[in-house]
Amino acid sequence: MSRTPENWRSVGTRPVRPDGIDKVTGRAVFSADFNLPDALHGAVLRSPFAHARILRLDTSRAMALEGVKAIVTARDLPLIPADQATTDGQPPDFRDMSANILARDKVLYEGHAIAAIAAVDAQTAEHALTLVDVEYEVLPHVIDVQQAMEPDAPVLHDSLVTQGITPAPSHPSNIASRHEQVHGDVERGFAQADIILTEEFTTQPVHQGYIEPHACMARVASDGQTDVWCSSQGQFMVRAYCARLLDMPLSQIRVTPLEIGGGFGGKTTVYLEPLAILLARRSGRPVKMQMSRAEVFRATGPASGSYISMKIGALKDGTLVAAQGILCYQAGAFPGSPVRLGCMTAFAPYDIANVKMIGYDVVVNRPKSAAYRAPGAPMASFAAESLLDMLALRLDMDPIDLRIRNAARPGTRAAYGISFKEIGYLETLQAAKAHPHYSAPLARNQGRGVASGFWFNIGGQSSAALTLNEDGTVMVTTANPDIGGSRASMALMAAEVLEIDVSRVRPEIADTSSIAYSDLTGGSRVTFAVGMAVTQAASELLAKLRERAAMLWDTAVDEVTWRDGCAHACVDGKDVQLSLASLAAQAGKTGGPIAAHVSLNAQGAGPGFGTHICDVEVDPDTGRVTVLRYTAVQDVGKAVHPAYVEGQLQGGAAQGIGWALNEAYLYDDNGVQLNPGFLDYRMPVASDLPMIDTVLVEVPNPRHPFGVRGVGEVPIIPPLGAVANAVSRATNARHADLPMSPPVVLKAIQRAARKRR
Amino acid sequence: MKQHICTHINGEATEFLCATEDTLLQVLRDNLRLTGTKEGCATGDCGACSVVLDNRLVCSCLVLAVEAQHSRIETVEGLADGDTLHPLQQAFLDHAALQCGICTPGFLVAAKALLDRNPSPSESEVRFWVAGNLCRCTGYDKIVRAILAAADTMRNTNSRTTDAGAQP
Repeated sequence: MSRTPENWRSVGTRPVRPDGIDKVTGRAVFSADFNLPDALHGAVLRSPFAHARILRLDTSRAMALEGVKAIVTARDLPLIPADQATTDGQPPDFRDMSANILARDKVLYEGHAIAAIAAVDAQTAEHALTLVDVEYEVLPHVIDVQQAMEPDAPVLHDSLVTQGITPAPSHPSNIASRHEQVHGDVERGFAQADIILTEEFTTQPVHQGYIEPHACMARVASDGQTDVWCSSQGQFMVRAYCARLLDMPLSQIRVTPLEIGGGFGGKTTVYLEPLAILLARRSGRPVKMQMSRAEVFRATGPASGSYISMKIGALKDGTLVAAQGILCYQAGAFPGSPVRLGCMTAFAPYDIANVKMIGYDVVVNRPKSAAYRAPGAPMASFAAESLLDMLALRLDMDPIDLRIRNAARPGTRAAYGISFKEIGYLETLQAAKAHPHYSAPLARNQGRGVASGFWFNIGGQSSAALTLNEDGTVMVTTANPDIGGSRASMALMAAEVLEIDVSRVRPEIADTSSIAYSDLTGGSRVTFAVGMAVTQAASELLAKLRERAAMLWDTAVDEVTWRDGCAHACVDGKDVQLSLASLAAQAGKTGGPIAAHVSLNAQGAGPGFGTHICDVEVDPDTGRVTVLRYTAVQDVGKAVHPAYVEGQLQGGAAQGIGWALNEAYLYDDNGVQLNPGFLDYRMPVASDLPMIDTVLVEVPNPRHPFGVRGVGEVPIIPPLGAVANAVSRATNARHADLPMSPPVVLKAIQRAARKRR
Repeated sequence: MKQHICTHINGEATEFLCATEDTLLQVLRDNLRLTGTKEGCATGDCGACSVVLDNRLVCSCLVLAVEAQHSRIETVEGLADGDTLHPLQQAFLDHAALQCGICTPGFLVAAKALLDRNPSPSESEVRFWVAGNLCRCTGYDKIVRAILAAADTMRNTNSRTTDAGAQP
């Protein structure tokens, strides 16, 4: 790259996104929009019970119904031996995944899939579901994480013995694993402390809430070649998981990504795709499957609910000297909550000498939890940031000053083990403090809360192919679904390297047969890691263009420079230049088409930090909370397309506000979900929210050619604490249980008033 | 028995056959392949399937297709005038008012219905009008700004047209 950051002409601008027209005209093809002639309609039979043994499963009456073409049950899934359940012990566990997509012997939550049926139309498929004969032995169930940890709790898995305890327990329990993270010596730390604060916190499971329900189409040829069209966070993930679950070679499956209508981590696994493949294979016809919204709530997601007990110790001047926590996360029906990440992230923004965190991964009779934006971090951060606010109040200290005093800086060794390099946490605190929002006056019953958040961000395996078209325009092909505008950022980075206008770059997202492997869209990795592949591929393309120009001019390649999208050289004392278009047009004379493909495993994702300010007003008579003003500040490294970066901050804040104030699953006494729909599972709507102001702090990540850090996940972490701290300050009562629905807030206000009397 | 329904969809006379239990959303998507109208919930709670039926903004998942007999239906596919985007569509692009884009057609149809009635809505009026449309990506900020900006553009265009028309 010849341009310096001050002279970048594409990176940092706000062009219309390349897929924009398709998405405002209704032309974009999302998963449910894809159709094939002759496709059958697939439907799933789901358990009405939270916990039951399947004594008998007879599909013969359903199969006999006219129009029914295929039925599959767990018997049709290959058995995965225990020693082949994972790859090198890393999640996911494919045995569990197999038992989740079709229950084997036992159903573990209401909504657990039991059988899938393909029929000529939706009505026939639905009718056929009612003809499947299932005999259940209903078992006692448990949905609360603390109850599930009791010795007499109903046990979900007879073979589940807690890992991470020595000696290993002799009996199975619902505690899948215990995780311990020790940094320094907490006992010594607390002994030094002038002030020790403890609190218990609870958070409810929340759904990712993507507006597009899961859907897919599968087609299987008679030689076994399989096509899947679906929306997911990674077509290669879908291919790998289906192959593993169905014992197929990868080369036999092609997954074509369709537009994805939101994922937030919830589409990083498979539910329908393997069933559609099996049904298509059995029926010989394409099979389309689509979840209803109720199925989405009953069988996918959510983020873990949690119980957290936490304690901090500080000196009188506000210096944190110790922090300790016990985190219990609901994994859902199978092990695998992100509790370890909760332990790692809770106090990561702070330089604390002594930290000890213990995490428990606990199974309950709820849907298997799934990743949700910064998995595991928001609830742990809520606890930590609430305690910091309690400390600020106790010391009568400004909450941002308290955080500045303890902030992790470059060189700080984080409690989870790494030493931070270039990070911008302090800069977010300073920007928040300087923001007019922070000094605006507050009225009666109003409160202002502050909270920060940390997320690792990841890099990972990524592929990009750049091809020069015959007319000098450029294709940028990558393998990561565009959830929030990543096509735009890929095109901008390629345009910047090639020094051409972004309108001459066309980004595309390829199927699994058309490009090399890429990890899925997640971990805030795409703009960073795939962007790195795109940037390198563009640099390689540029090097080839200079070589081709040198050939045409019969000069040394070192004599050729690249400027403003053209090759330049001085030949026979004359300045000459060749445009991208003329190089493309003459490619046949210089060795053929010009293209570059880069596959890499990107390292050096810069950690992300954010600080949010939230103003609320609380109605003292009803406990209703209104968010009056909200500002999100974040170190984003470098905003490639600032508008979509702002959008990440705003969207994450809104999701966090929903988590803090409204969202919760309701269950009846039988463990049946009462609110599997958007009417009663109340996500924030436009009239619930104010404008969400953003401040993009740019501390460049030196490991990325444009300084990019991931941004997508950090913004959902601070809101839980920021809203809770605001409500606590408005009501003069600590709120440690989410969601802070009106009755919960009212009760806390009344309890605090009684205490004060 | 299938019902024979005659409508005008986006200005074009359109006939279809449907079952009595079919929703308008199903017919638009499955029979007519107008898949710009999305299904997010099928219970009238998310607004992704918003269409205008005889000048009334409705969730097409809550309308039976047979109810559309002799009606005029407007969907997202009818918003643009050929290659020329509707000011709302342009404003959504200019303001980055979409991330994943699944809710966008519903928001556009709902917002147009608002601006057809109220050419200068306040921020609060916009927020309450589109409160029936769920977006999980944007936090609504840029959507609200885009709608307000489109209203501005449309008012300016209209006043220019009126001024021009008033000249002798």
